[in-house]
Amino acid sequence: MASLGGEALTVTHVEKKKKPPARYWEDPPQQAGNGDNNRGTDGEQAGRQTEQQTPKAKKRKENEDRGDGNKFLSGKADRFPGPAPIPEDRLQKFKRKEKMKKPRRQHYKLKDMIARSEENSEMSQIQAARLDLLLPEDAGFLEGDEGEDTCTISQEDIAESVDITSKTKYFDLKLSQFGPYRVDYSQTGRQVLLGGRRGHIACIDWQSKQLTCEINVMESVNDVKWLHSEAMYAVAQKKWLHIYDSNGIELHCIRKFNDVLRMQFLPYHFLLATASATSFLQYLDVSVGKEVAAICTKTGRLDVMCQNPQNAVIHLGHANGTVTLWTPNQKEALVKMLCHHGAVRSVAVDKTGTYMVTSGMDKKLKVFDIRTFKPLKSYFLPAGASCLSLSQRGLLSAATGDIVQVYRDVWSTPVTKPYMAHRVQKTVWGTHFCPFEDVLGVGHGDGFTSMLIPGAGEPNIDGLDANPFRSAKQRQEWEVKALLEKVQPELISLNPTELGMVDRAASEIKHQDRVKALGFDPLAKVKFVPKYKKKGRSSSGNIEKRKRQVGHEDQRDDIRKTAEDRVKIEKERRQKEKKEAVLSSQKSALDRFRK
Amino acid sequence: TCGGTPWLRLRYPKCTAPGPLRDLVAILVLPATTFKIKPFMRPINCHGHIMSLFKKRKNTKVTLSAFPFPFSHQMKVKVLSRNPDDYVRETKLDIQRVPRNYDPTLHPFEVSREYTRALNATKLERVFAKPFLASLDGHRDGVNCMAKHTKSLSTLLSGSCDGQVKVWNLTKRECVRTLQAHEGFVRGMVVRSCGTSFFTVGDDKTIKHWKMEAPGYGEEEEPLNTILGKTVFTGLDHHQKDAVFATCGQQVDIWDERRSSPIRSFTWGVDSFSAVRFNPVETELLASCASDRSIVLYDMRESAPLKKVIMTMRSNTLCWNPMEAYYFTCSNEDYNLYTYDMRYLDQPVTVHMDHVSAVLDVDYSPTGKEFVSASFDKTIRIFPKDGGHSREVYHTKRMQHVICIKWSADNKYILSGSDEMNIRLWKANAAEKLGVLAPRERQATNYSQKLKEKFQHHPQIRRIAHHRHLPKSLYHQTKELRVMKEARRKKYVNVRKHSRPGSVPLLSEKEKHVVTVVK
Repeated sequence: MASLGGEALTVTHVEKKKKPPARYWEDPPQQAGNGDNNRGTDGEQAGRQTEQQTPKAKKRKENEDRGDGNKFLSGKADRFPGPAPIPEDRLQKFKRKEKMKKPRRQHYKLKDMIARSEENSEMSQIQAARLDLLLPEDAGFLEGDEGEDTCTISQEDIAESVDITSKTKYFDLKLSQFGPYRVDYSQTGRQVLLGGRRGHIACIDWQSKQLTCEINVMESVNDVKWLHSEAMYAVAQKKWLHIYDSNGIELHCIRKFNDVLRMQFLPYHFLLATASATSFLQYLDVSVGKEVAAICTKTGRLDVMCQNPQNAVIHLGHANGTVTLWTPNQKEALVKMLCHHGAVRSVAVDKTGTYMVTSGMDKKLKVFDIRTFKPLKSYFLPAGASCLSLSQRGLLSAATGDIVQVYRDVWSTPVTKPYMAHRVQKTVWGTHFCPFEDVLGVGHGDGFTSMLIPGAGEPNIDGLDANPFRSAKQRQEWEVKALLEKVQPELISLNPTELGMVDRAASEIKHQDRVKALGFDPLAKVKFVPKYKKKGRSSSGNIEKRKRQVGHEDQRDDIRKTAEDRVKIEKERRQKEKKEAVLSSQKSALDRFRK
Repeated sequence: TCGGTPWLRLRYPKCTAPGPLRDLVAILVLPATTFKIKPFMRPINCHGHIMSLFKKRKNTKVTLSAFPFPFSHQMKVKVLSRNPDDYVRETKLDIQRVPRNYDPTLHPFEVSREYTRALNATKLERVFAKPFLASLDGHRDGVNCMAKHTKSLSTLLSGSCDGQVKVWNLTKRECVRTLQAHEGFVRGMVVRSCGTSFFTVGDDKTIKHWKMEAPGYGEEEEPLNTILGKTVFTGLDHHQKDAVFATCGQQVDIWDERRSSPIRSFTWGVDSFSAVRFNPVETELLASCASDRSIVLYDMRESAPLKKVIMTMRSNTLCWNPMEAYYFTCSNEDYNLYTYDMRYLDQPVTVHMDHVSAVLDVDYSPTGKEFVSASFDKTIRIFPKDGGHSREVYHTKRMQHVICIKWSADNKYILSGSDEMNIRLWKANAAEKLGVLAPRERQATNYSQKLKEKFQHHPQIRRIAHHRHLPKSLYHQTKELRVMKEARRKKYVNVRKHSRPGSVPLLSEKEKHVVTVVK
């Protein structure tokens, strides 16, 4: 503003200023005047003569010209001064919490501590966002021609147009004898576990197509699930829950868990959650082999189950159309949601723990926001979806009869057409997206199909968590570390960050907890027991008298208090009356018509 | 369209019910003679695809006979396909590759996992807390005073109640030199700032100046200089740089090393002093503890003392904070330690409580963050400089009343001299691993330290971190003291309740122990 308005004024102002003494290292002024490109110590003086601005404005302009004013020895200015900008969405991705709103008065130590920790968290956020730009892999995608639906592109087409390694990921296993099959991929996505209804169990390293083990348990199999590593898996058989190792040797038969229909494994808690036909939800700690909780849900047969990977809450779907949320710490459901008019057929929760997708017998597919427990979208599927499964990048697979449909962005945009579709030989029994791969495993009546779904898997793996390329040594190390930091089942709650928050429970609640923990009330008034006095002065009469005195003291306190209160009330009443009297004195002419 | 060849098949996309043949782009006419395998069973819908077919089988005759779509028909697809070479180490000699992705959704239960780690770290800290390192025995009477060498970390000097002074090598844990310095107690000892000589004072009213190195073979053990004083000296301290030292006894004397009479003497109506200390930063300042329950501050350049604070009980020793040298901490007979700001003596900055008997000595860590105190209750406690309670307590079955204490100059060790003739070497940080740490090890310890700090207020972690085993007598004494304190508080409350409002003021813990400040 100064440079705009002060043009005329500054002339005299500058003229008045004393010229700096000439120095031999400076260029002669007439030479420096025409060259705007040589910006040195002399450039400043040259500009002052030619452009005739106030020194302040000049300086400001120069700063703008040079950006940060960083200069190298060569005299060139840095064209991109300062740290490189980071896109806002990347920063948002790594944001953990909002900046703390500062209360009015803070202790100086606390203020300092908060400031420092906030600085640290901001730095870590920025560094993580910077590293995010350098991640090596990009997600897969599938784009059709203009006007072409991607759902019409067949698996064969895709398999033909991708590289050889990916091509081998599309395959069919024809296992018509013991089907239909349940599917489960291991945490790293290297192994697939197939469980045939009629007792056939197979573990396959599906990328190299090597069979790790194959057994027939000679019993009906309801569900199969990998435990924390590829070394062990659980099988829900006709009566009991069994645990096998990767060689197919039965390690345990757990008689406490009967008639299990569905299972979920909580990898960070080492808990195997099972839902049974007897409406029991049970938790097995697989690291110590103990039953952590057994909850009778009293809702009938439980054959719809999924977990929220963000907070380890188990979602159960019921025949009356409700979905209930459970933790091992509470005997009642945390939340009961009425989702469908018919029975719930399948439930799935996305990786971020934000959205829940349900399908019901009313042939609807619904999307809920489980932070607010509100419905977001509702779709009508003519055949209804039987198996739902969500991929790491949010693709939804829904099986209707023998067709597997994959949808994209079901929660953000209203979807009209599937992203991909594929027909398998017989009715689909279980679907599971392979982690870190663009692959959907479909178990059906006629075996197992591995489909290519571009854009399903998370492209960049984290080597310290689930690493598909880990060696045996790395796996061992990971296993020890994971066991050491096993999260206790008591910490499961709807909000996983609750542990890092300040407990603002009222002092009354805290006191109640303390009473419960101690078994007595530490702040309770002690019953007055008069001291024993010798020489006959502690006769029973005397004791009673002393007790009465103390009692009277208490009474007196109460009486004093009530008297004070009464005085106070009286005072207030009088003031109020006074006010009213003042008001009533200003009567208007219309007041006489009032009652 | 089949051209009469029996090997051609058409296929529809599977995903939808069979519709019009919109995906049929080209039909191959393959003569049976040149093509061995079963005919292709796939629709071909992309230009590039056909071209690749041409390239693959040169002897195949391909006839394109039907084109419902132009050649621009393109499908773009990319499927995740990782090259294992990018993720697996090349040779066994390399370290494993660990790609990282810090996406928070890939790492759920961040807080709970960190909490678990912090809990484990806290438990491990208690498991590894083995602070006692060595006991140096050799004195034939109780150890009365110790002095750190100013230049050498491994050297310690100690003086005992029988007048003997010993020089110890701490790395070898052995005595390297013994000299009979005084008759009666060695009361004070200090090493000159250059580290080549040291001074001792004793009950025989002498100040002796000794060379640090032992006399050669055949030479007699003799002091460089001996000053005979008029009264018994009880304490001694040397100036940081100059050739000046201070002693205390019936008065505080400032001596020039080259003279045999004090250059200055301070008295303030007090009959005896127990300790004198030079300020490490404002080097002309001194503080001393007097037996009339006061702490007196002096300026060496002035002829009169600066000011003094009188407390309810006598202070035994004091120590200046080496980093914030306006703070000093004094060990008091009333079981407490008091940190004062020398500018505002009217109340202490912090009262450090936990000992159950008189505190006899105190020494600051070189970082100025913590100090260690020795007590008559046979324990050593480490306090943070601004904390009211100790973070650590050391005791052994055999250690009796601890008389003197020193924190080593590398901030790692604590040395205590006690009544039963032993000097004990302790770790300043009980669970610390000694020796050189590998970088990953150091990183791991730093990380767990940070985690412990982060979750220190969680009740479970707090309980484990604060738990210390105490000898039974000490434990009961602590309890008893608590009861006594509570009774006193209750009485005071009752006195207040039954007095005229305002006549009995509500005193904070800091205000209780200061009687007055005199200037």
